[in-house]
Parts: sequence; C-alpha cells; structure tokens
Amino acid sequence: MAEVLVYVDHVDGAVRKPTLELLTLARRIGEPVAVALGAGAEATAATLGEHGAVKVLTHDAPEYADYLVVPKVDALQAAYEAVSPAAVLVPSSAEGKEIAARLAVRIGSGIITDAVDLEAGDEGPVATQSVFAASFTTKSRVSKGTPVITVKPNSAPVEAAAAAGAVEALNVSFSEKATGTKVTARTPRESTGRPELTEAAIVVSGGRGVNGAENFAIIEALADSLGAAVGASRAAVDAGWYPHSNQVGQTGKSVSPQLYIASGISGAIQHRAGMQTSKTIVAINKDAEAPIFDLVDYGVVGDLFEVVPQLTEEIKSRKG
Amino acid sequence: MSLRIVVTVKYVPDATGDRHFADDLTVDRDDVDGLLSELDEYAVEQALQISENSDDDVEITVLTVGPEDAKDALRKALSMGADKAIHVEDDDLHGTDVIGTSLVLAKAIEKAGYDLVVSGMASTDGTAGVVPALLAERLGVPQVTLLSEVSVEDGVVRGRRDGDTASEQLEASLPAVVSVTDQSGEARYPSFKGIMAAKKKPVESWDLEDLEIEADEVGLEGAWTKVEAAAERPARTAGTIVKDEGEGGKQLAEFLAGQKFI
Ligand SMILES: Cc1cc2nc3c(=O)[nH]c(=O)nc-3n(C[C@H](O)[C@H](O)[C@H](O)COP(=O)(O)OP(=O)(O)OC[C@H]3O[C@@H](n4cnc5c(N)ncnc54)[C@H](O)[C@@H]3O)c2cc1C
Ligand SMILES: Nc1ncnc2c1ncn2[C@@H]1O[C@H](COP(=O)(O)O)[C@@H](O)[C@H]1O
Repeated sequence: MAEVLVYVDHVDGAVRKPTLELLTLARRIGEPVAVALGAGAEATAATLGEHGAVKVLTHDAPEYADYLVVPKVDALQAAYEAVSPAAVLVPSSAEGKEIAARLAVRIGSGIITDAVDLEAGDEGPVATQSVFAASFTTKSRVSKGTPVITVKPNSAPVEAAAAAGAVEALNVSFSEKATGTKVTARTPRESTGRPELTEAAIVVSGGRGVNGAENFAIIEALADSLGAAVGASRAAVDAGWYPHSNQVGQTGKSVSPQLYIASGISGAIQHRAGMQTSKTIVAINKDAEAPIFDLVDYGVVGDLFEVVPQLTEEIKSRKG
Repeated sequence: MSLRIVVTVKYVPDATGDRHFADDLTVDRDDVDGLLSELDEYAVEQALQISENSDDDVEITVLTVGPEDAKDALRKALSMGADKAIHVEDDDLHGTDVIGTSLVLAKAIEKAGYDLVVSGMASTDGTAGVVPALLAERLGVPQVTLLSEVSVEDGVVRGRRDGDTASEQLEASLPAVVSVTDQSGEARYPSFKGIMAAKKKPVESWDLEDLEIEADEVGLEGAWTKVEAAAERPARTAGTIVKDEGEGGKQLAEFLAGQKFI
C-alpha cells in the first residue's frame, strides 16, 4: 500500500489531537508514516503507533527551536525523499500551513489548505473545504505532483488502530537558508488548564455584550461547568477584555466543536467564518434581530448577565 | 541608504456581499463589489510606518496580481501614502491558484527590485495565508511572518509573532519577506490630500510576457489544484428561539441536557 506522510504536531513528545485525526484520514488513502521533529520526537512513537503509524521518522536538532519554519521544511523534504509518499498531510496551524506550502513548491506539487475532510479518489485524495465564511463547501484535489494537504482540527475522529510505530532516525542536512530567521526570544503561553480552543468539544464565547474584562468571569464559569474552552469575538479582544489567542473568527481561531455557545456576540460574517461549522450552535443575545440567531439551534433573547449565571447554576446542579 | 519596500495587496470580493462561484468554479467577481483586502491595509500601514520611522530614503511600491478592477485596490493603497504601483494583469491569469500566484508575484517583485516585501496575513477570500511563506521560498530570502509588531533598523527586520503556544521575537537580515496581522495596528484612512495625490502617482501594468512566464504555468489550466465541485452549504434549519422571562437559563439547560451535553 502507498505510504502517506503525516507531519506530527507535538509538545515535548506529547502528540496534539489534530495529528491523531490526521492519522485517521491518512489511513483512508494509505499507510501512515509519521515525521516527528525536535525535542521529544522519539517519545511520540508509542501514541502514533497506537493510532496507525507504521513508522515514525524522528530527528532532533537545536535549529528547530532556534530558527523559524525552514529547518522543519528541510526535514519534511528529507522525509519526502526517503519515503516517496502518495500524499503529505500536515495539521492546519499557522506554522503547519507555511511548512506545507514551502514543501509543495520545493517538490513541484500543488497544495490544498484547511481541508475539513479527505477521501480516496480515482485521481488521488479528494479534500473537502469550507469557504466564504463556511457558506460554501468545495471538493478539490491536487492535480500536479504529490498532494500536499493541510487539515483543520476536529475534521475526523481519533481512532485507535494498532501499528508498529517503529522509530527510524531521519537524516537531515539543513539548507543554507535554514538559519535565515532567528528566534531571539520565546515566551510560552501560560496554560489556563482549560482545553485548547481549536481542539475543544465545547466552546463558550463572549463578545462586546460581556462589557468588561472582569465580566468574562461569567463566561469562564459557564465554560468550566461544561469543561469547555473560552473564546471571544474580535470586539472583546480589541477592547482588551480577553487575549487575542482566544479570538474566534477569520483572523483568530477557526473552531468546529460539538457545541458552540455565543454570549453577547452579534454574529458578524468574520466571526461566523470561524465557528459556522460547529455542530450545535447556541446564542444568548438581548437583541432578537442579531444575525447570530440565523445560525442557532437554540437561542435565548435576553440579558446575558441574567441568563448565563442561571444556566451555569442549572448545569452544576444537574451534574450534582 | 535607500530602502525599497514592495507591499503585496489583493483585490477581493467584499466579504459582507453575497459571494459565490462562477460556472468554471473560480471565485465570481462580477456580482459582488471588490475592494482592497482589509487585511492588506495593515500591510500598507506597517510599510508606511517603517518609512516614517526610517532615516533612509524609502520607496513603497504596491503590487497586485488581479483583473482590471484590481486597480481600485492599488489606488486605495496609493491614497494611503504608497509611492507607486504595479498591476500584473493578463487574461491567462484567470483561475490561477496560490502556487501560481506566488510564482507571478515573486517574478514581479524581482523585476521591481526590493529590500523588503510586506504582505497581509491572509487574503479575505482565499484565506490560505501561505503566499508570504511561498514568496520567501521562491525569492530565497528569510520569512518573518504573522507579525503583530514589526520594525526595521540598519538592514535588520525584527518582529513579534504570537503563535499558538508561544510568543516569539524574530530577527532576520534584509532582504526579507514579512507578513503582518490585524493586531499590528489600525490602518489609516486616506486623507483628501492623499486621494488627490494618488491620482497622479504612477501605476505600471505588466503582463506575463513582461515577467517571462509561460501561459501554461498559470491560470485555470496550469493550476496545481482542481476544484471539482462547489455547493452552497444548506441553510441551517431554523432553531428554537425563546425570550427570557426569568427562566431562559433553565430552558437552555434543558435543551443542552436533551442534546446530551450535560
Ligand atoms: C478583516 C476583518 C477581520 C475580522 N476578524 C474577526 C474575527 O476573527 N473574529 C471576530 O469575532 N470578528 C472579526 N472581525 C470583526 C467583526 O466584523 C465584528 O466587528 C465583530 O465580530 C463584532 O463582535 P461582537 O459581536 O462581540 O460585537 P457587536 O457586533 O457589537 O455585538 C455585540 C452584541 O452583544 C449584544 N449584547 C449587548 N449587551 C448584551 C447583554 N447584556 N446581554 C446579551 N446580549 C448583549 C448586542 O445585542 C450585540 O448583538 C473582523 C473584521 C474585519 C474587517
Ligand atoms: N493576487 C494577489 N496579488 C497581490 N498580493 C496577493 C495576492 N494574493 C495574495 N497576496 C498576498 O499574500 C497575502 C496572503 O494571501 P493568501 O495566502 O492568499 O491568504 C495577502 O494578504 C497578500 O498580501
């Protein structure tokens, strides 16, 4: 069976969920061979093997942390040359897309970004994308070269599928360009203990209606009662009430959870772009005319300062 | 010293309009008004600020690849304060994908001459967000992308990239490609004076021949990807909407319990 290269997103050996979803998709078109780079690369092998990776190509060097993007492109290209895969799959993070795009140019291939589904086709894998703020769904394929496809989080279930997950050292020689952009300082984001926004099953978001940084405690309390991640509209972020890393929408994160709860958010097209593919959508807004209500499965027209705390209390008492 | 900045700007269909696809599955540009991508206004703004903070002799060229109407985007950028514009236009470009667009932009940037390329974080229609990385790859210069802060001093570009897991300070020598996010600072509005001055600024037109690109390397036929189908997402079925009369939170909890979320 043809091999499919899967680029692994991990933090010190802990594989992030979108990579496991990629393995599910990769198995639809071939045999997954994973590529894990940087500190902890070898530690990813056990988890990757449990989810279907037959091989895990690993390499660590200081360049991965000290310079932007290009060292990883060099390594992925080395893996591509070693394996000659039928396709290359990369998680659709900002960095993932950049790595994938540069690889595509180097190997003379086309690229599809932000796929939300992937199936085998007669002429190669067919990717589903959600475009124009999720108002259209397209099906595309790469027509030149080896398909390079980036896939959004929550696009496929994580499935167990035992495979060897055999670790093999990857030979990488860095190109002259690898050290072009130096990372001179890095401040890790502080963990909130809540699920990662793009990976969460439930997202609870607040907008301008929340009316102040201190009031976001109400949104956080609801999120915590459901084990959810917290999101924010750009209006709330621009006002300085919540960090930009939590922004949902065109220029923030794109989320596709099982449940999305919007409070005090009007539902502008740029916000919808980042949440419209959520399975179930719920909104609380005091304006019955707010466009967000066009999307909802359940909407409450009311004051979020009344409705949200009552909802949180009710959830807590039901959960006991 | 002089510093030549090329800002890549895209002309896109208005996101608040009713966007859809043409029969050949390319983006329909006839039925929706076009404009300078809002995210590229941030790129123009940062180029202007780099110029204003520089002792060098800075020249800002705005560059677009797009149809006849894309001139509107160039005019807007010129009225914000850019010095000159280049419009790459050719009938054979219709349907070009990101790989092809990056090829055309890279050739045009090389022909124009540059020390720094400034791009937006993503186009508001395609939203791939990969063109800046592709330009760096093709031009063989450092990529310093997705910056929320950027500065240029003594031939070095520095910036802050707020990523998923960390915030990074980056540094590279010129020439380089940077892209800036919408966190980099509000873009200025063109002044009346700026709008008048823009009318007199030079706009050059180049076609594929000027860039020594063969027609079969670009366009719908030359594309590296093929869109096979596009379907409008079915409208979501109308949901239940209740007015809060004191029990709204509890009613919502009941709904969530029914859906097994609680
Ligand atoms: C290029 C570009 C990119 C953008 N990217 C994004 C993006 O990534 N994400 C994003 O979100 N936006 C983005 N925007 C901005 C977007 O257009 C909207 O301005 C923004 O989403 C509005 O946020 P909001 O809904 O919180 O605020 P508003 O539109 O002001 O809505 C606030 C809502 O809260 C309701 N409300 C007020 N008080 C209460 C209360 N007590 N109880 C209940 N309801 C209440 C109001 O009725 C109103 O509907 C972008 C815009 C542009 C031009
Ligand atoms: N046709 C184009 N003409 C000029 N610049 C473009 C074009 N397409 C993309 N760009 C630039 O590349 C950035 C990212 O675009 P994209 O990768 O298409 O999301 C944009 O913000 C622009 O700066």
